[in-house]
Amino acid sequence: MSDRKTLQIQKISGHPGPVPGAGTQRQEQVCKLIDTTTCIGCKACEVACVEWNDMPFQPTMFDNTYQTMPDTNWNYWNLIKFNEVSHEDGSFQWLMRKHQCMHCADPGCLAACPADGAIVQYRNGIVDFQEENCIGCQFCVSGCPFNVPKFNPSTKKVYKCTLCSDRVGQGLEPACIKACPTGCLHFGTKDDMLMIANKRVTQLQQHAGLKDAGIYDPQTIGGTSVVYILHDATNPEKYGGLPKNPRIPLSFTLWKNWFKPLGLIASMMTFAGVILHYVTEGPRRVQPQPPVKEIDGGEAKKEN
Amino acid sequence: MATSSQRFQGQPDHLINRLGLTVVYVGELLRHRAYTRFLHWAYGIFFFLALLSGFGIYMPWIFRWFTPLFGGGAMTRMLHPWFGLGFVFFFGLQALNWALPMKWGPGDTRWMKRLNDYVTNRDTVEPPDVGFFNGGQKLMFWEIVCGSIAYVITGVIMWFPEIFGGVAVAVSYVIHDVSALVMLAGIFIHIYLSTIGEPGTMQAMTRGTVSEAWAWTHHPAWFKEVTGRDPAQALAEARRTRTPAIPQ
Repeated sequence: MSDRKTLQIQKISGHPGPVPGAGTQRQEQVCKLIDTTTCIGCKACEVACVEWNDMPFQPTMFDNTYQTMPDTNWNYWNLIKFNEVSHEDGSFQWLMRKHQCMHCADPGCLAACPADGAIVQYRNGIVDFQEENCIGCQFCVSGCPFNVPKFNPSTKKVYKCTLCSDRVGQGLEPACIKACPTGCLHFGTKDDMLMIANKRVTQLQQHAGLKDAGIYDPQTIGGTSVVYILHDATNPEKYGGLPKNPRIPLSFTLWKNWFKPLGLIASMMTFAGVILHYVTEGPRRVQPQPPVKEIDGGEAKKEN
Repeated sequence: MATSSQRFQGQPDHLINRLGLTVVYVGELLRHRAYTRFLHWAYGIFFFLALLSGFGIYMPWIFRWFTPLFGGGAMTRMLHPWFGLGFVFFFGLQALNWALPMKWGPGDTRWMKRLNDYVTNRDTVEPPDVGFFNGGQKLMFWEIVCGSIAYVITGVIMWFPEIFGGVAVAVSYVIHDVSALVMLAGIFIHIYLSTIGEPGTMQAMTRGTVSEAWAWTHHPAWFKEVTGRDPAQALAEARRTRTPAIPQ
């Protein structure tokens, strides 16, 4: 990004008029758009994720649904969540939601992390774990409103979806996007994705009779770099643990940013206090010393 | 010799007491036997290990230089709970050792009300009802007991978040910090009063003895109990016969 900026032409010799392309802005924030209305639950994205990230596959559990395994794992970052929802009129609906890291603009994991450099957010919006700096405390798990980071007990590190930051850095789309056969996954700038999403939502509302259709881009955490189109945006909970208003616990915002430093200062004030006490009041001395002669005569010892 | 320490420390033939010799010279009183001192320094070491390793996790943007002391961030995080358990184990033994003399009494409530006279040194000697421990010492002891319980409960929750869940961790995180901040404030007062704040106190935890004058100054009721002499009278006598002061 920045190298492209530095090589933008600023002046041109012998050229009439302004520099072509001057003042153009590059939209930096990337976004993954997931249209749950066209997802068929084929798991191609799951396989692509495991393959690209070269992760060992582990035995899974069949729980009588169209879901690969109960939850994501340290080596399984991308899971199609399957939810069967019954309606009042007796009909039912199968909801497929591709679950992975949401890459929040205001990431709870990053706020909670106490390790220097273990979690970074790139300017393009991708939130990435740097496992070599991870200390394995798992506070990020507690800070995440989507229950995304997963702990590997053998390496004592936490892992999650990188939004294929390695591919995106090279101008490629994430592996899951590349594998999707229905076109329900899109990747581009956030503005472009929101434009596509809005168009699709209008289509769903006007032509598919889904009047509650909408975009899931929760503003309580400043928006996300993974955006959903939902059939029913009024109740995201029914898509399997998608909170309507995700929030970072106050422990990792209010407490960590404000009360921790203040508490430490307050605690250190006692250090200043005892020094001040020594200077102003002085020590409490023994009243008065025992007579000298008694000590001098006291060669005798007593043992416990 | 019959001391109140023997009264509540019921195992004079404890292994550590037999290994650690406590020599009581004339003009001194036995304050803490070897077992008590061993426990004190054991949990003291674990306290500082836990404190320093905890600091690196508490506020890494200031205290990240503590983590290399313990072998890097991951190692610090791995060791911290064990340091904490070491502290709680040895302090737990001390709590059993001291539970009786630390019992709160009406004299301790009176002591707390006179705290201002204590801090400003208006009382040159303690009130005559101050026994083996004064109210402040008891307050600190029970604070550490409560704090340790809070440490263990919240610490185990944060140690095994997969069992207890994210909300429990977020709550524990705050309680664990508060407990640490209170103890950090306490340790400054503790170290100050046991060294330069009240000269002559430190040897109670090193050699295990204190001077008689120290005893009637800071713990008159204990002095009376151990020696059978009236502390006020002993003080007056010492004032009368006082010859050039002994270096401390």
